[in-house]
Amino acid sequence: MSLFSFFQKRNTAPAARERLQILLAHERTNGEHSDLVNLLREEIIQVIARHVKVDGEKVAVKMDKGDQFSTLEVDIELPADLERKKAA
Amino acid sequence: MAKTIVVTSGKGGVGKTTSTAALGAALAQRGEKVAVVDFDVGLRNLDLVMGAERRVVFDLINVVQGDAKLPQALIRDKRCDNLFLLPASQTRDKDNLTAEGVEKVMDELRKDFDWIVCDSPAGIERGATLAMRHADVAVVVTNPEVSSVRDSDRIIGLLDSKTAKAENGERIEKHLLLTRYDPNRANRGDMLKVEDVLEILSIPLLGIIPESLEVLRASNLGTPVTMSDNNSAPSIAYSNAAKRLCGEDVPMSIPGEKRGLFGKFFNRRAA
Ligand SMILES: Nc1ncnc2c1ncn2[C@@H]1O[C@H](COP(=O)(O)OP(=O)(O)O)[C@@H](O)[C@H]1O
Ligand SMILES: [Mg+2]
Repeated sequence: MSLFSFFQKRNTAPAARERLQILLAHERTNGEHSDLVNLLREEIIQVIARHVKVDGEKVAVKMDKGDQFSTLEVDIELPADLERKKAA
Repeated sequence: MAKTIVVTSGKGGVGKTTSTAALGAALAQRGEKVAVVDFDVGLRNLDLVMGAERRVVFDLINVVQGDAKLPQALIRDKRCDNLFLLPASQTRDKDNLTAEGVEKVMDELRKDFDWIVCDSPAGIERGATLAMRHADVAVVVTNPEVSSVRDSDRIIGLLDSKTAKAENGERIEKHLLLTRYDPNRANRGDMLKVEDVLEILSIPLLGIIPESLEVLRASNLGTPVTMSDNNSAPSIAYSNAAKRLCGEDVPMSIPGEKRGLFGKFFNRRAA
């Protein structure tokens, strides 16, 4: 091992430990709801479809699980003419 | 009273079969009457590791289906009179293992043995849940590596929900067996530390088995590593783990480190 690589390569075990702690904290609480993101996506599409014509493919829901909090990112592409549905 | 142990992990290749053979043999060497039971239907290997592969006539499924009586299927170890193997079927479909059938076999084994050690298949499907179903004690085999730790966490969740004990509102005793521990990688800081794994999984430690050529050599010969008559590191580590299963207080040490293990993580009360 060269001196250079010695300084470059940091120990990987601490990273493994941290990633596991965050992941397992989520898996333990969400065990049953691992499909949460999909469920949210379906329901969000339904809500929007009540008012605006949306293409299901254009709705992206992303989850980023963090240590302190998680974020849910919802990205919906609406048609240019924003054709409103008639309220029933 | 008979104790039923399940050796389980979720992940494959972590050392369940090796550990089942080694712990079963170590318990038998202490004079206990032991049956090791292979639940890995279709991928049986315990017979090979125990050196009994040429003596298999009947298997677990034959007994479950009533094609053979339990005593006919049990293979007595050639080196140790009080050690027996109940092999898995290599060819039958694993759907032939029914919950009721397995329960009957386990009840019958309990009448005749001090310890029943069940080698679980990998995964979290039916085979694994059947193997853990009637256990009093679980040995969770884990390698100090991210995917193994994650899978062990899943298995611990199943042990707390899918076992007969859990369903009766009782607690199943769970122990961590850290295997394939490599002191060199640990010293370089590229392997999860014992403390890390214990903190994450928070079940008490039964033992640390070093990565060792002796394990490979023993399985090449079809001898449980605790019976391949040397004082190799894995043999001592497995024997000590067996002593702890019997309630003995044996000091724990980390392979490659002089200091002993003590402190909050290492109290031996089962989770
Ligand atoms: N402590 C160890 N040192 C070296 N090799 C080991 C050790 N434990 C297990 N092995 C090897 O790892 C492989 C998988 O072990 P096995 O017991 O069959 O795992 P599992 O039953 O969990 O799939 C085998 O080749 C075995 O010899
Ligand atoms: Mg196996």
